[in-house]
Amino acid sequence: MNRRRARAVARKELLHIVRDPISLIMAIAMPLVLLLLFGWALSLDVDRVPTWVYDADRTPQSRELIARFEASRFFQVAGYAGSQKAIEERIDRGQALLGLVILGDYSRRLALDKEAEVQVLLDGSDSNTAAIALGYVEAVVRAHAQALQARAQNLKLGRTVRPPVEARLRVWYNSELKSRNYIVPGLIAVILMIIAALLTSLTIAREWESGTMEQLLSTPLRPAEMVLGKLCAFFAVGLVDMVMAITVGVGVFRVPLRGSLLLLFFTGCLFLFGGLCWGILLSALARSQLLAYQLGVLTSFLPAFLLSGFVYAIENMPAPIRAVTYVVPARYFVTILKGIYLKGVGIGVLAAEIAFLAAYAAIVFLAATRAMRQKVA
Amino acid sequence: MWKRILEIVRKEFRQAFREPRMRVLLFGPPLIQLIVFGYAVNLDVERTEIAWMDQDHSPASRELLAEFTSSGHFQVVAAPAGEQDVRDVLDYGRAQAVVRVSPGFGRDIDADRTATVQVLLDGSNSNTASIVSGQAAGIVSGYAGRVLGDRQRAALVAATMNTGQPAAIRMPTLRARTRVWFNPDLRSRNFYVPGVVVNIITLVTLMLTAMAIVREKEIGTMEQLMVTPIQPLELMLGKMLPFGVVGMLDVALVTAGALLVFHIPFRGSGLMLIGAAMLFLLTTLGAGLFISTVCQTQQQAIMASFFFFVPAFMLSGFAFPIRNMPLLAQAISFIDPVRWFMEIVRGVFLKGIGIRVLWPQMLALLIIGTTVLSTSALRFHKRLD
Repeated sequence: MNRRRARAVARKELLHIVRDPISLIMAIAMPLVLLLLFGWALSLDVDRVPTWVYDADRTPQSRELIARFEASRFFQVAGYAGSQKAIEERIDRGQALLGLVILGDYSRRLALDKEAEVQVLLDGSDSNTAAIALGYVEAVVRAHAQALQARAQNLKLGRTVRPPVEARLRVWYNSELKSRNYIVPGLIAVILMIIAALLTSLTIAREWESGTMEQLLSTPLRPAEMVLGKLCAFFAVGLVDMVMAITVGVGVFRVPLRGSLLLLFFTGCLFLFGGLCWGILLSALARSQLLAYQLGVLTSFLPAFLLSGFVYAIENMPAPIRAVTYVVPARYFVTILKGIYLKGVGIGVLAAEIAFLAAYAAIVFLAATRAMRQKVA
Repeated sequence: MWKRILEIVRKEFRQAFREPRMRVLLFGPPLIQLIVFGYAVNLDVERTEIAWMDQDHSPASRELLAEFTSSGHFQVVAAPAGEQDVRDVLDYGRAQAVVRVSPGFGRDIDADRTATVQVLLDGSNSNTASIVSGQAAGIVSGYAGRVLGDRQRAALVAATMNTGQPAAIRMPTLRARTRVWFNPDLRSRNFYVPGVVVNIITLVTLMLTAMAIVREKEIGTMEQLMVTPIQPLELMLGKMLPFGVVGMLDVALVTAGALLVFHIPFRGSGLMLIGAAMLFLLTTLGAGLFISTVCQTQQQAIMASFFFFVPAFMLSGFAFPIRNMPLLAQAISFIDPVRWFMEIVRGVFLKGIGIRVLWPQMLALLIIGTTVLSTSALRFHKRLD
């Protein structure tokens, strides 16, 4: 292995990237756009659910119930309707997610110690938001029911009755329950995979298509040197992206970073290396840019986005898909990222994941070199 | 004129289908996305793994455990013994939550005091944590209600025996009767798969259109085309039409897959869907055309398509609700055609609404589409001369 030759290839590759401003912008601007989107614009948190109310009762009792919803940060009472039909229309149009209907006999039933009912209409199209909103609605109604019961019992039995069992909930790692806190760390995996999938897999395919590969082959360059040279160039780009992602995440979006920055860097480099080798392997196998790109997106980017636990929890996936995630390297890196950022854990807890990433990087590097050698010979 | 356009269309189709790999690429990714988004992407919380730490070992604590396990929402996978165990369980991610019943739980209940149950939640996926906390709180509350009911009955019996008269103590209660519209089982699949229709049609038409034109530039056959009597307008139409057709075919394919394999409801009008798709195609084909005028190489075309597609998709309400976005982002999504098409598609699939409700969205698509297409066409025209 001649280091000088590998360095020459690296220099050539870097010059290619720097001289093609569009590629460079894509490599740096795209991650920035993603950071902006996921750190600022996008969130799964359920807050201020637009609610419309039809109060057919119009008594202090019904208003008391409505006041609970108004006081909650999870609901935003957007308006009062004159009929149930009007509420249904609003839900159809997407102006209301939640409709509350209090019938005319609400306070009468309560006065007679009967069971009163509040009807809840929920737009279930966005099942995630709906499920969470439903939980909140039930919690508010439950709290009010308990308050009513306690009040009645105090009156009738002349003594204060307290709830027999109470749940004390504490959230670890992400106490404000902000979806940004777990999405932005996982985003680093996705960003690094974009470099690996798009830039790298296109590079060798482009050389085949434009014919410069033959020119390279006629030089004394060895396959391993070529692979290493290209790797170094794209590694540098990936490194810049990683630093940018970490800085923006912590500095701008205030995502907590509780673990070791050093470990974060080390595992990031390991993951980047493996991903780049995979990209090079793909581009060596695919002759056309289009094919290389599609394969890259399919095997690197999409799994990193969908199957790594970045946004969609792996526990909720059906068993066969969960089995597939075991061979997705991004899954392990996202676990590491969340562990370092949110849980503040170290090598002890993350040993298995780190080992997998190391093994993956080694295997793919060998495969990429062999594939290049075969292609060349 | 039409004859020349037809020739270009035929040439594109032949080029596309001659290469077997291209054939796969045209229809493979849509199907794969359908499978992935239909099965893998799932925000529904089915059965959560929890750890149970019972420090009381009383009949009451065992009853509470039974409530949790029989609810169908939870599965106990660990029984931590001490503080370090609890920390390990959550640190290593072995369970999503730890329920701790402190010593004296049963005694507190018997003595009419308030007994507490501690639930520690792993917040690293705050979405799941919100749902799980709601479920756990519901179960504890249900258990509390049952205990309260037992106590009241006991008090009733005692009162009756004391006074010899039946004492009827009824309490007012409040219940929520919930009706979930459009997606009663709250399956996230019903929410995502219609979005996949939008995803497919956007990707295919946008990227392939851009690449088809740029490839000719790159290889050099564009100059050859220019020497022929073909007019710029005819070239444009000839390049865009095939991918428009492919896009519509993909829509049909994915919709069929959604209905037959995933049993997604389709409550609206198919005609509405086709009409909206055609309006939407104005934008994507136009954008593909625009990208082809900006880029010189296929690699750039791919990157540019990606650069346009990803934010447009993220801000469209596909996975992340628009309502949650800051106002500036919501304003941006106003000019995002994907957002309007997404609303139409979801409305047609799940809500069964039609043009009466969706005309603003159709109008938005029309306005955005004609603007993008005419701008791109003008630019393409100029570039070619």
